Order: sequence, then structure tokens, then C-alpha cells
Amino acid sequence: MTIQTEPHIFEASAGNSVVLEARDLRKHYAVKRGAFKPMATVKALDGVSFRLQAGKTLAVVGESGCGKSTLARSVTMIEPPSSGELLYDGREVVGRSAAEMKELRRTVQMVFQNPYGSLNPRKTVGSILTEPLVINTAMDKHERRDRAVAMMGKVGLRPDQVDRYPHMFSGGQRQRIAIARALMLNPRVVVADEPVSALDVSIQAQVLNLMMDLQEELNLAYLFISHDLSVVRHIADSLMVMYLGKPVEHGAKDVVFSRPRHPYTRILLAATPRVNPDLRLDRVVPKGELPSPLNPPPGCSFHKRCPFATERCSAEVPPLRTVDERLVACHYAEQMD
Amino acid sequence: MPLLDIKNLSVEFTTRAGTFRAVDGIDLTVDEGEVVGIVGESGSGKSVTSLAVMGLLGSNGRVVADRMMFGGRDLLTMPAAQRRKITGKDVAMVFQEPMTSLNPCFTVGFQIMETLRVHEGLSGKALRNRAIALLEQVGIPAPETRLSAFPHQLSGGMNQRVMIAIAIACNPRLLVADEPTTALDVTIQKQILDLLVQLQRERGMALILITHDMGVVAETAQRVVVMYAGQVAETRPVQSLFERPRHPYTGALLDALPERALGKRRLPTIPGMVPGIADRPAGCLFSPRCRFADARCRAERPALFDVDDGRARCFYPLPDGHLAAGEAL
Repeated sequence: MTIQTEPHIFEASAGNSVVLEARDLRKHYAVKRGAFKPMATVKALDGVSFRLQAGKTLAVVGESGCGKSTLARSVTMIEPPSSGELLYDGREVVGRSAAEMKELRRTVQMVFQNPYGSLNPRKTVGSILTEPLVINTAMDKHERRDRAVAMMGKVGLRPDQVDRYPHMFSGGQRQRIAIARALMLNPRVVVADEPVSALDVSIQAQVLNLMMDLQEELNLAYLFISHDLSVVRHIADSLMVMYLGKPVEHGAKDVVFSRPRHPYTRILLAATPRVNPDLRLDRVVPKGELPSPLNPPPGCSFHKRCPFATERCSAEVPPLRTVDERLVACHYAEQMD
Repeated sequence: MPLLDIKNLSVEFTTRAGTFRAVDGIDLTVDEGEVVGIVGESGSGKSVTSLAVMGLLGSNGRVVADRMMFGGRDLLTMPAAQRRKITGKDVAMVFQEPMTSLNPCFTVGFQIMETLRVHEGLSGKALRNRAIALLEQVGIPAPETRLSAFPHQLSGGMNQRVMIAIAIACNPRLLVADEPTTALDVTIQKQILDLLVQLQRERGMALILITHDMGVVAETAQRVVVMYAGQVAETRPVQSLFERPRHPYTGALLDALPERALGKRRLPTIPGMVPGIADRPAGCLFSPRCRFADARCRAERPALFDVDDGRARCFYPLPDGHLAAGEAL
């Protein structure tokens, strides 16, 4: 493995301030394989770097097991990374005291995938929304309730629904509640882990519109985790494609979508079902399935499924490098046209 | 004569809150070797329709139909024992969640061979060889060793392949796939859809593909049935449906797809929600959410009218696709 002093970071457009920066983030888990076997290491996150600007959306794309959710857990400080740096507004997160961490955690909030599982069924919407305020602020009961009611208006729920329970709402409305909860502490970064994949198409459109409106109004930065490339294409400013814990392609949305340079990005794009036949790409059908993260193949981790792989790919790990305005980890990125 | 011919099928569930009609008078025909896609949002009745076709509804589900014929045989009057001989043999089904629809206590080999034993009366070496051949056909590597694997030892995509192997074990004439790829990753989804279409072509079997994903139907089906609140909203050949939807619901659903909104910041949405048990409108079920609805739509239920190459349940079918009409408002 090569050790880089200055990790490669995709430079987004100048202007907006960087609210979150990750440098060479890694998260390794030790797992048991059996009573008499040595412990193995799963490299769930293996060297991820990015900068996220206020008011912008970075989409993280990949299949299950690629490290998307581990990235979300690291960024939201649910779990500390094994190594690497995480900076909010330039302040380093790793190694802070518990009190400082509590303060820092307010700047980043999360919206989860399943609105049926992420809201406590025994609590009213009012108490779900005020709980973050109880824990993190000195507001009194009335102030908290006023804030909750105001936030409900902002996400398109009626204020008179404040004393209702989650089961009285539809899936789309529940996701609105989850978004409202995430915004109660005025975070600067919202990590959304597949926020619309459990919703029907028409409801999905409503929630995406709401997220974009709130982003504009509050200058929020989104880390948007999704497997749906057409949703990502709609909402994201930049895009990071991950495979087995590593970014394989990272760049501005239009650049990556119009001229993908990594074979995996191309395969993902081609595999996304399209309504419009003109948008369908040539079928580069992926071979096989995601290898076990316990035992990743040598060389490029994608080479076993890659239709363009050569001997070099099975021997040499391709570094992340700049090709045609984006970062890409493929030996043959230049030839991918 | 179509392979499957259903006229005016309704399914009612008796609950403590009253009777709920999940499927409300749908017609469905599937020809030999045809791929029909059924799309709809959650609660539109698409899964209940397929369970009614399979005869797999629970005891609280009541099936009423004017006609329900499969291959010239009447499914409505058929004794249960005979129906069971058809289910799993001539009509087979692939379910959504491969992880939960296989039995975790038995090997995949046992579960494939069970079907063959019951319907084809095979045993011993012949049985085992058929199971191996089936696993090979659905693209599972090293099939001999996989026979003794349990579902938890296989990935989601592999388990779905096993499900498909079980479904095609007795050469069905009709395969019903209910959201077969929803739980899978996109690259695996692609592989499974390709496999289904390849098997369908090779064997000339008919396929009903039930999904909420417009892209999946557009790429796979020949004819599409769009369902809304238990009814058929529109049924058309795939290409013309996506080029020129005639029902306002189909048009609105397609407009809400991010794929169609390239360059636009806001996605067009459909206001409101699918009507539930209690709040069914008197007129057209879509009228409360339809931007073209007038007094007639609110008072009167439209029938399925003929529109160019299909049918749409609307008094005022969109004249020339949705885009022109939508932009005018």
C-alpha cells in the first residue's frame, strides 16, 4: 500500500466555504472467522478523501458492501475512524474530548433510509422533534415547542399534526418528519443515507424537491448516499463512486455522467434501467458479484468483474489520479472513451 | 385464445375495520410467450392480483371474477386439489425477497428437488441431475457443490437465482415475478432481469413482471398495465405508453421520474395520496389528484375506454402525450 502525505482531493468549484473535509479516512473492523482461525480485517473504508462545501451536495454511489454506510457512520461521528482526519469548519474531530465532540456533533445530522424504522412509534411528532433541543440546548418547554411547530411548517407538515404519532403518517410524511428532526439543531451538514429509496416515485419527487428547497434556504451541505443514479444525477453537484471501501471515480456530476472513465462507473450507468430508450447505454454487463471484503482480490479490487481487465490490473493497485477533470483509479482511464 | 384470461377480477379482504377492496374489477390477458409488466405504486393492488392468479391468498381474501381461465381451464370452478397441481407447475412465481422466501432450514438442493418430486415424480439420480442442470441454467457456478448450500451461505443475487431455478423447474407456461429485483443491487438486478428475459425467450413462456420501477418495465416488458388504487388505469404496448401516455396518472408518474427532468431543478409531483379504505372518491379514483379533473370526473367513474393501441380509464385522455398538455397549464 502506498502512503501518501497529501491525499488526493477532488477540488470543487471555488466560492463556497468548505464545511467538511475528510482526509484519507479509513475504518477497519476485526472480525472472527471461526474459533481456531486468526482474526481477519475488513477494510470497510480504505482511504476516502473529499471536501464538502456549504450549499452543495456530494453523492456517494455504490453497491451494498462498498462502504457507503460506514462512511456515513464515520462522518456523523457515530464511530471514530481507524485512521485519517475529519475536519468540520477546519476543526479536527478525531481525538477531542467528549464535551467537545457533543458540540461538534450538532453540526452534522442524519436522515435514514427507512422512515418506518427510524421514528420512535411511542413518541409524538412534537417530542421526536424537541428531543434534540432537550439534549443540546437550554431552551424551555414553550420555546422548544414553538421551534418544533415552525420546523413542521418548513418541511410541509401542518402544525396541528404536532401531537400525532408516526403511524398516523404516510411514508413520505414520515420522511419529512425525519428531515425536520435532522434540522432542529441548525446543522451545516446533513448526511442522507438512501433517503428516498423506500418511497414511491411520486412521493420521492416531493421529498427530493423539499431537500433541494431546504438546501437553498439554509445553505446546507448534503452528503447524499444512494444507489439510484438517476436520483443522484438530479440532486448532486459532485459524485463519488465507491467500490470495496475505496473511491474509484470522483468528480463533478456532469463530467462523470457524461464521460465516465472508470469501468465500474460505466457499468453502474449502463445497469440503471431507463424509461427513455435513447438514454440506454450499450450493455456492458457486469461479471459476477461483489467479492468478499474479507478477501479482496489483489491488484485492482474490481479486476475480477471488469470486462477490460488485463494482467496489470491483477498485480498492481491503480492509484487515484487526475484524468480529464476528475479523479479516477484505473490504469486505463485514458482509454475509456 | 390467450394463455391467461381474467375478466372483472376483484379481491376483497375482510378486516375488523370493514371490507377492503384491494383489487377492483381488473381485466388481464396474457398471451403465450408474452411479457406483461404491471406497474403501480404501493397499495395499487399489483401484488394482490398476482397472488389471486396463483391462488395463494389467505383465507380472509375473497376472489370474485367473471372469468379466470388459464390455458383453457377455469380456475374459478376448479377443485383445490387440481388447482394445486397447476400452481408451481404450469404457473410459477418468483417473489421479492429471496432471503425470506427460501426456507432457511433446508438446503437449496432440497428445495429445488422438492418441486420436481411433487410435480414430476422424479427421484434418485435423475432428480439430482435435473437440479444440477437447473442451477447451471440460472448461472450458478459449481452447481454440484451448491446443492448442499443453505440460503444464508449464498448472496441475495444467488438466492434469487435459486428461486428462479425452483420456479422454472417444471417448465411453467406462465411465470409471475413479483418485484424480483427490488432487494438487489443495480448490477445484480441487471443480471437477474437478463436471465429472466433469456429464459422467457428460450422456453417461450409467458412472463408477468410486477414492479414499481418504470425503468425496469420499459426495458423488459412488451405490454404494460398501469394500476392505480386497485384498478387498471391504462394498458398499452410498452413503447407507445412511454412515448405518449394517455392517462393523466401515467403521465404524472413519468414526469416525476428524475430521469425525465434533466436540467429542471424541481421535479413535477403528484399532489395528495392514493385513496385509502375510508376516503374513496365517488367519481374517478384519481380525480382528487388530477390536474385535469372536472365535475364529471368527480361524480362519475370512468370505464376503460379504447385509446389508440390500448385502453385508458379516463374521460379525457391526454391528447398528445403529457408534456404538451402539462406545459400548457
